Amino acid sequence: MITTTDLCVRYGETTALDALDLDLTPGRIYGLLGRNGAGKTTLLATLAGFRKPSAGRVLLDGEPVFENPRATSRICLIREDGGLGDGIDRLGDILDMARALRKTHDQGYAAALLDRFGLSRRQTLGSLSRGQRSAFGIVVGLASRAPLTMFDEAHLGMDAPGRRIFADELLADYVAHPRTFLLSTHLIEEQSPLFEQVLILHRGRLLLREDVDDLRTRGVAVTGPAALVDDFVTGLTVLGERSLGPTKEVTVYGALAEPDREAARLHGLQLGPVAVQDLFIHLTGGV
Amino acid sequence: MFDDRSPIYRQIADRIKDDVLRGVLTDDQQVMSTNQYAAYYRINPATAAKAFQQLVDEGVIYKRRGVGMFVSAGAQRRLRDRRRERFFGEVLEPMIAEARTLGIPVADIVARIHQLTSPGDGR
Repeated sequence: MITTTDLCVRYGETTALDALDLDLTPGRIYGLLGRNGAGKTTLLATLAGFRKPSAGRVLLDGEPVFENPRATSRICLIREDGGLGDGIDRLGDILDMARALRKTHDQGYAAALLDRFGLSRRQTLGSLSRGQRSAFGIVVGLASRAPLTMFDEAHLGMDAPGRRIFADELLADYVAHPRTFLLSTHLIEEQSPLFEQVLILHRGRLLLREDVDDLRTRGVAVTGPAALVDDFVTGLTVLGERSLGPTKEVTVYGALAEPDREAARLHGLQLGPVAVQDLFIHLTGGV
Repeated sequence: MFDDRSPIYRQIADRIKDDVLRGVLTDDQQVMSTNQYAAYYRINPATAAKAFQQLVDEGVIYKRRGVGMFVSAGAQRRLRDRRRERFFGEVLEPMIAEARTLGIPVADIVARIHQLTSPGDGR
């Protein structure tokens, strides 16, 4: 589908993307996670052909995307700052423009989505609240039916009912019209069930790429008396630790072998799972 | 809806197995499709498909090409046998360990079990 090879993007002295190699398989929903400033927005803009790589390549089905309408007509990126039009533009006019630009755009579906979000074609972009602007971005993005559709924090400022509509529509339309989605988000626990795989970007590099369900089994929290816990985790990959009086909890990365689990039980140590969000925080440097 | 800590596919598979055990789903009854499960639980369809694959591997459901998934004949009995094997290890042993920690004599436990299961009790 889309591949990057040795992709670098620099802003002056700052390196936003650092020799990134990525290969997205068609027909999947990917989640893009990363801390603020990790490079998510730059990556999405570069994949969409909005930004020229400083070095390296971005290819969509073998073709460069930058300044290549044949590739970019098959890519839709909804940016968090909107970028859909000016304040005085009416939603209906923006959708008509989107349809003119993109063969895959489905105006009937756009109308149904507008309705679900309680928006109308007559409203102007400038009259919308932050959450409504996000909802309209979702309308444009989903109705584009672009083979590669990307949302940069699609749900920014949206209320819980709106986010639920987004999840329902995304899944329903993805099943009916399979395509590739790449969604960046900070709402990890809420959004991660929608993803098949997550990509974690950290300091411009790809830190991890894994099936989201596998990620749920990657971390183990070991809890017990400090000295016993320290002993037990020696030689394991420790991501973080916290203490409460004489009790210590250490988060380790990687599945524990059965003998290790047995040893933990014998010493009265508790082993618990680690939520994806906690794992993300630990893997990207803790707090 | 799901705990955020164990794989979702396993939680879905467990729910379907519970339905088979309780007789909500019976032999040769059709199971909802992966996409229906995905939409209902708001999860990625690939995750739902993984749950179904696990159930096929365990012989709980089978696939009819182009039609869908169905409950395997005898699935309820097999699941019950498997859970029975696990009952002593996963339910009884931890209970005894807890009783020992609390200093509850085994005789008290046995007496309570007799009381709970005595005829006429309605349980």
